[in-house]
Amino acid sequence: MANMSFEKVKMPEQDPSTRAGNFKEVSLGYTAEMAVEEAKRCLNCKNKPCIDGCPVNVDIPTFIAEVAEKNFEKAYKIITKTNSLPAVCGRVCPQEVQCEGKCVRGIKNEPVAIGRLERFVADSQLSKVSEKTKTFSIKTNGKKVAVIGAGPSGLTCAGDLAKNGFAVTIFESLQVAGGVLMYGIPEFRLPKAIVQKEIHNLCKLGVTIQTNVIVGKSITIDELFADGYSAVFIGTGAGLPSFMNIKGESLGGVFSANEYLTRINLMKAQKPNYDTPIFESKDVVVVGGGNVAMDAARCALRTGANVKIIYRRSEEEMPARKEEIHHAKEEGIEFLTLNNPTEIIGDNSGFVKAINCVKMELGEPDLSGRRSPIVVQNSEYTLECDTVIMAIGTSPNPLLRNTTNGLEVNKRGCLVVDEYLETTRKNVYAGGDAVTGAATVILAMGAGRKSALRISELIGVG
Amino acid sequence: MELHAPFVARHAQAGQFVILRIDEFGERIPLTIANYDRVAKTVTIIFQVVGFTTTRLAKLKVGDSIADVAGPLGNATPISENTKKVCVIGGGVGCAIAYPQALELHKKNIETDVIIGFRTKELIILENEFGQVSDNLTICTDDGSYGQKGFVTDALEAKILGGANYDVAIAIGPVPMMKFTALVAKKHNLPIIVSLNPIMIDGTGMCGCCRVTVGGQTKYACVDGPDFDGYLVDFDELTRRNNTYKKQEEHICKIGRSAINGEIGGEIDGEYVF
Repeated sequence: MANMSFEKVKMPEQDPSTRAGNFKEVSLGYTAEMAVEEAKRCLNCKNKPCIDGCPVNVDIPTFIAEVAEKNFEKAYKIITKTNSLPAVCGRVCPQEVQCEGKCVRGIKNEPVAIGRLERFVADSQLSKVSEKTKTFSIKTNGKKVAVIGAGPSGLTCAGDLAKNGFAVTIFESLQVAGGVLMYGIPEFRLPKAIVQKEIHNLCKLGVTIQTNVIVGKSITIDELFADGYSAVFIGTGAGLPSFMNIKGESLGGVFSANEYLTRINLMKAQKPNYDTPIFESKDVVVVGGGNVAMDAARCALRTGANVKIIYRRSEEEMPARKEEIHHAKEEGIEFLTLNNPTEIIGDNSGFVKAINCVKMELGEPDLSGRRSPIVVQNSEYTLECDTVIMAIGTSPNPLLRNTTNGLEVNKRGCLVVDEYLETTRKNVYAGGDAVTGAATVILAMGAGRKSALRISELIGVG
Repeated sequence: MELHAPFVARHAQAGQFVILRIDEFGERIPLTIANYDRVAKTVTIIFQVVGFTTTRLAKLKVGDSIADVAGPLGNATPISENTKKVCVIGGGVGCAIAYPQALELHKKNIETDVIIGFRTKELIILENEFGQVSDNLTICTDDGSYGQKGFVTDALEAKILGGANYDVAIAIGPVPMMKFTALVAKKHNLPIIVSLNPIMIDGTGMCGCCRVTVGGQTKYACVDGPDFDGYLVDFDELTRRNNTYKKQEEHICKIGRSAINGEIGGEIDGEYVF
């Protein structure tokens, strides 16, 4: 019997005032009963628009039907046919513009909570799987593929290739695999233990991960081919952070979101028993309106600071997931939309003491389709603060393109690829932020999957 | 200290660095590669004990291991092929980084003068090593307790005025020392390369922590450097940025955690580890 409720089954959350003081996960996940109830909201409609909305084309209605029947293990198998990191995606995908955005039930009411169901299924099987896959055997094809970067695209590509019989080695520059899932997205949104469990499951498929290796520096792509690798996938991700090029950005207390988040998420600087220092902030201004801005703001809040987000357009244009904006507001972060910084002011010892801003208004739509912000005349004002975090995007990592001959990039520094994601070097594929510029986890995963498919077709046979 | 690090040793060059972390709780700190052995797959690091991380590093025994070492990072020092005569200038702990530079130039048969400066006699390091790789070695101490009394800037200016006719100078040391050495070089139209030591985390062009202003433009020491044109670097800004965590460090020192991020440009006296 279908559940015709207009709204999603609510997911329990930590109370906003409690969670503002800790780094534990905000959303607590469905119980089995909640999942079954929500699964029954799916109409199993004929056109299945949700599948088209998913960058890795998870067979959504089929897995949901299994959840409704309490067959969680079957549901997990259906998801993992096309998605190597379901516990991650269930948490961080922008479902409202993907699967759930296409859901028929969402036309008049709330769509089916596909993300929450995916998360529930993945979590319910996560620890069980690692034992079972021990005996999982794959017929090897005797070919080696090197994957550069153990982030979402690299992990997905590696997982899919391993399933197709390739011997895959991932080379990761940091001390731990996961990429942005480890250094970027905070613990309260994506627990690191969950990321590591998913990676552990991938390793069970026969993927080898070599940390602390910087391809381009420690070893070159040419050397990888000489070592017998048949193909290379580049998933090096986001690179250098962008700044606004306003006065005062080199002052002490000005950070890129990448740096701020890396200190907290990767290096655990906020914990007293870890050595990496974190800047002691009282009043933080975060500039930007994406997920990264929300993450940085909510991290700063959890270190005990007052936090304001400054964004030059209105809330409607914010690229962050609606849920993140909602959570940030609940936790007490102040949103100054239609505002833009013009200068950061320093004190005598070179630390931030204030930020000058102007008010903005929206004009005609720009190239991105969003209404472009225009400065309101004579609207300058000064806001006192001791920390400014810039979360206005990144440019792709320059390291590999600077050290590899024949890898072409466009004028934004992104790797040039063809429709099959092959770069300008034969048998070298690329995907994720290194190709698209800053985007989402799931789009990177989609690219990893697409490259793995192509590599399997061209190199896997014969 | 020699580290077994096959992936670093295979491509290491003078001027590059590694990022290492002692254990799960440690910081990632950059340390310059002082030497390398491609056959034995090892790299040598030289550091001064100034904080928690280096203190613990110094306590390691032969055969012990650390959690992570990644590299080689940064670019090799850009020395043009026509270079015939170079002056390498080291200040304090910066001498540990200046030494591999002098060694490399010496190997390439480039005439190399070395000027090294210390506050006082007890702090002098690498005197014999520099002696072996330099055509002329000048040692200065601020208090005159050994060698010439005065700063490396005075010694450099004397050399230039004496007709040394260098093609380029390389200065490595505390930020003020590099700043004033660059001013002397500029005064005499001598090109000068400085090796910068900003705070870093990933060291691979991701976090943007190590940004420095060079010729009015933002550069990243980890991927654009660590060596830059000494005429163009905004040294005062670098000093300010390196003080970002000073308040916390003073506090941390008292409670026994790591003291200095980067730990290579400090002015704190501490034992050297080779």
